[in-house]
Amino acid sequence: MITAGRIVRLAEFGRAQLHFTLDGQMCSALAGDTVLTAMLASGHVLRSSEFAPEPRAGFCLMGACQDCWVWQQEGPRIRACSALITEGMRLLTTPPESWL
Amino acid sequence: MSDASSPKIVIVGAGPAGIRAAAALVEAGFHPVVIDEGNRAGGQIYRRPPDGFVRTPEQLYGSEAAKARALHALFDRLAKEARLTHCAGSSVIAVHEGRLHVLGEGGVQLVSYDRLILATGASDRVTPVPGWQSAGVYSLGAAQIALKAQGVALGRRIVLVGSGPLLTLVGAQLVKAGADVAAVLDTSSWHRQMPGLWDLAARPLVALRGLTLRARLGRRYHAGVTLERIETDGIGVSAMRWHDTGGRQHLTPCDMIGMGWHLRAETHLADLAGCAFIYDEQCRQWLPKIDRMGRAGNGLYLAGDGVRLLGADGAEITGRLAAAACLADLGLPTPSLSADLRKLARLERFARGLARAFPWPAAMARALPDDAVVCRCENVTAAALRESTGFGGSEANRVKSLSRIGMGRCQGRYCQLAAVELIAARIGSTPGAVGRFRGQAPVRPAPIGAFLREG
Repeated sequence: MITAGRIVRLAEFGRAQLHFTLDGQMCSALAGDTVLTAMLASGHVLRSSEFAPEPRAGFCLMGACQDCWVWQQEGPRIRACSALITEGMRLLTTPPESWL
Repeated sequence: MSDASSPKIVIVGAGPAGIRAAAALVEAGFHPVVIDEGNRAGGQIYRRPPDGFVRTPEQLYGSEAAKARALHALFDRLAKEARLTHCAGSSVIAVHEGRLHVLGEGGVQLVSYDRLILATGASDRVTPVPGWQSAGVYSLGAAQIALKAQGVALGRRIVLVGSGPLLTLVGAQLVKAGADVAAVLDTSSWHRQMPGLWDLAARPLVALRGLTLRARLGRRYHAGVTLERIETDGIGVSAMRWHDTGGRQHLTPCDMIGMGWHLRAETHLADLAGCAFIYDEQCRQWLPKIDRMGRAGNGLYLAGDGVRLLGADGAEITGRLAAAACLADLGLPTPSLSADLRKLARLERFARGLARAFPWPAAMARALPDDAVVCRCENVTAAALRESTGFGGSEANRVKSLSRIGMGRCQGRYCQLAAVELIAARIGSTPGAVGRFRGQAPVRPAPIGAFLREG
């Protein structure tokens, strides 16, 4: 199943749907999705790089490269490949305004 | 024996090596503590999806399903019977004076040990391809984890590049799952793969399975390619530019690239624990120095792909050996190990064959164009690295200080091997002489809040 984002869902379709916001837009995901899966099913990037112009979308998915730390509206960052999405999460692809 | 006077044995990692080590210690009457980053035991290769997923082990692990089932069931039983302590979702971020600094939900805790078994596994060994810092470029392991643990492909049209068993395996798994795999590009030529065959025959079934998987890739598979550049548009990967053995140019449109050349041992904790290292010419990387059983000295033992790159079957064996060494050092009887040691020798011969047939592309790393990004964390280019050698940077850690290579968020895990080749080429030396980046704590990012104590 092709998504609005980068990834394609190939299996495990029968899971419950849940909702989160991505840069303020309401999006849906499936229970058991990692934050990375959820974000890339709704968009094409996870974050911008602090050092380069290219946006980033993760790299190793096993907690080794640390490429996929993303911002939440309320502050704490999370590693998107190892954290599971939960109902009502408010995720950002850029730092919250209070940070800048 | 698990009373207060019993030595405390801690295992880091709950993959095949960690699980086998834990089981052997439980068998001998100990109550080991197993610390693992995963939420469920299994490691990366036998990684289990979250609750609520329905595919069977046969669908997830194919020919290896029985091994995965056995390991999962064994560990779950020992945990349920409280014969070991499982610290899931926890990262060991430092080792200092006999204590582990463990980052979990509740912050950083100190865990002391009398004996420590490190089974920290491996990740993909990668080398930069110009453009690899773009969104949509992943490791081969990432592509496999996405499929196994999430049921997704990381792109609509996929190109896989690299060399080694995982290249073929991930390609075949994605094709089978219904992903659109446009090309599988192997940097090793047929000519190069032939001399490895003799040693690969040490595991005829595994070698045959590899060939069968490759056959499934059909015309997607190309051997002996040269990778030129990853083309990008505003949001990420748009195509892979490469040429074949005949020198013909190809531009394969895609939105995802998976890359990997076999494995790189995860050695940061071994380094912090004080292990000596040797440069392994066969694996083309620095590995912790151990004896045949996995002893590194001072009550430290190593097992699995974090020290010997033999894959999951080898990890089960070396996990048992490390536990046996630990027991022997405590003056306790150990089970007979002759069968495991025999199997180990066979796996080592197979690994030699793999290393020969699917070599690390040192020449490709050495010839990276100046504008190519080597460190994708902090955007350090090949030019910046080459330039830094002119300021006395002939040793890996000098170049690190001068250029910031290896100082980014991955701590050099994905750039180090290519960087060392580049430096060696620049100064007319060898990777072994250039050295390795020293490991630094914390080996995972930790928020300041994790170190704060209330009151």
